[in-house]
Amino acid sequence: QAKLDVGVALLSTHRLIWRDGKNHDCCISMPLSQIIFFEEQAAGIGKSAKIVIHLHPAPVNKEPGPYQHSKYSFIKLSFKEHGQIEFFRRLTEEMTQKRWESTPASQPIPTGTGSQAGRIRAVGIVGIERKIEERRKETDKNISEAFEDLSKLMVKAKEMVELSRSIANKIKDKQGDITEDETIRFKSYLLSMGIANPVTRETHGSGTHYHLQLAKQLGTMLQAPLEERGGMMALTEVYCLVNRARGMELLSPEDLVNACKMFELLKLPLRLRVFDSGVMVVQLQSHSEEEMIASALDNVSDKGSLTAEEFALLGLSVLLSKERLLLAEKMGHLCRDDSVEGLRFYPNLF
Amino acid sequence: SAMSFEWPWQYNFPPFFTLQPNVDTRQKQLAAWCSLALSYCRHHKLYTLDVLEAQESPVFNNKKIERKLSMEAIQVVFEELRKKGNLEWLDKNKSRCLVMWRRPEEWGKLIYQWVSRNGMVNSVFTLYELSNGDETEGEEFHGLEEWMLLRSLQALQAEGRAEIITMDDGKGVKFF
Repeated sequence: QAKLDVGVALLSTHRLIWRDGKNHDCCISMPLSQIIFFEEQAAGIGKSAKIVIHLHPAPVNKEPGPYQHSKYSFIKLSFKEHGQIEFFRRLTEEMTQKRWESTPASQPIPTGTGSQAGRIRAVGIVGIERKIEERRKETDKNISEAFEDLSKLMVKAKEMVELSRSIANKIKDKQGDITEDETIRFKSYLLSMGIANPVTRETHGSGTHYHLQLAKQLGTMLQAPLEERGGMMALTEVYCLVNRARGMELLSPEDLVNACKMFELLKLPLRLRVFDSGVMVVQLQSHSEEEMIASALDNVSDKGSLTAEEFALLGLSVLLSKERLLLAEKMGHLCRDDSVEGLRFYPNLF
Repeated sequence: SAMSFEWPWQYNFPPFFTLQPNVDTRQKQLAAWCSLALSYCRHHKLYTLDVLEAQESPVFNNKKIERKLSMEAIQVVFEELRKKGNLEWLDKNKSRCLVMWRRPEEWGKLIYQWVSRNGMVNSVFTLYELSNGDETEGEEFHGLEEWMLLRSLQALQAEGRAEIITMDDGKGVKFF
């Protein structure tokens, strides 16, 4: 049990700091992540109010402090001159927000290299090596700064998703106050902005379990877009749509493909389909091949002949239009005219 | 003949001029091509074809719909004709060929029918008499090129219904 007398307790988003009352240069600090939990100890007769803070065992790489070892796993802050209630409230706040997790503590800024350059004469290989080293440090600094920005952005993105969800809920509650039209428009904005709880590797681990969860989520979110697009979407299109909706928790192409392969296992009404050309699509199961071929044949018969581009004007992507035409050709319902004007499909009259 | 050639409906169907990738479709397409090529040659009494010239001929080049069968596709059609016994290459490079819109056996049959119809079995004819004589006027084989006539008679000979004999001024044939 060690005692540090008379000082000021300071609280930051990352650290708990104690500064000596007399010698202001004397400080000790402790990361908030070390705290397991904390409790109040009410004041008694002749006793000041205290906050007891229980700590994790000190990490191995801990910087030297006033005491190297202690058999106690807690510290007590004794408030002799008020502030205990306010401090407790702030500490509670910081401990629930855990801001140190999302924003790394600022990096110690390397001391200016300019003054050093003047002092150290760079000569020969040593000089070159020193220059390289300096440049490397500069790059390191830039990179860590860049990542700091990125993580801040992620915090903001989460807030945005949060915000859009709360607005969506409000819309649900007060549907009478705004017109139907506005509601629909706003909802579409929200949909394109994000989904509330993206399944991430962090929340669901890696491997099969993650892909299964992801497949379930894809199953729900792709239903409507698929119906809108006639039951079929190219995997690239799915990839863009999903990642735009996820905001920052982006999916890798591999994860998407692996998740799509789970549709069948999960008995979801979607299927991953690979065309002969290697083009991969996600299609609604209800969307049978016969229907697809029949619709291609109908459209071609209607117009006499169609190119994939013309067929695409009826609401599909050019790539998928072509796949459908090729499929209908493969089944013997269409035939092709390949001329300088391009590839055109006709009903198979042969 | 004076009658103008009647094109099949496929001739004005643009996909006819693209080799179809679907196997079943292609088979029907090739059958239509073979039939068109043979009837065109028959109409114009063509016995030999030059592949390069053929590409520019109206059969493979429909100027009205601006479609033309590619060289590669023409070769495929010709190969199909060869398999069916209607075409024979004249050179290794496959640049010229004989077109037999009737196969030798078919010609032979026609000739033999005419011979037996006219009660001339066991008679001897010169090849010229058969192809250009007054008696055969109006018969389909009238005007048949000599090489084709000879091939037809060889086919009959193989069946034991004729014998080709060498005469002073050329060849002759005796029917049985």
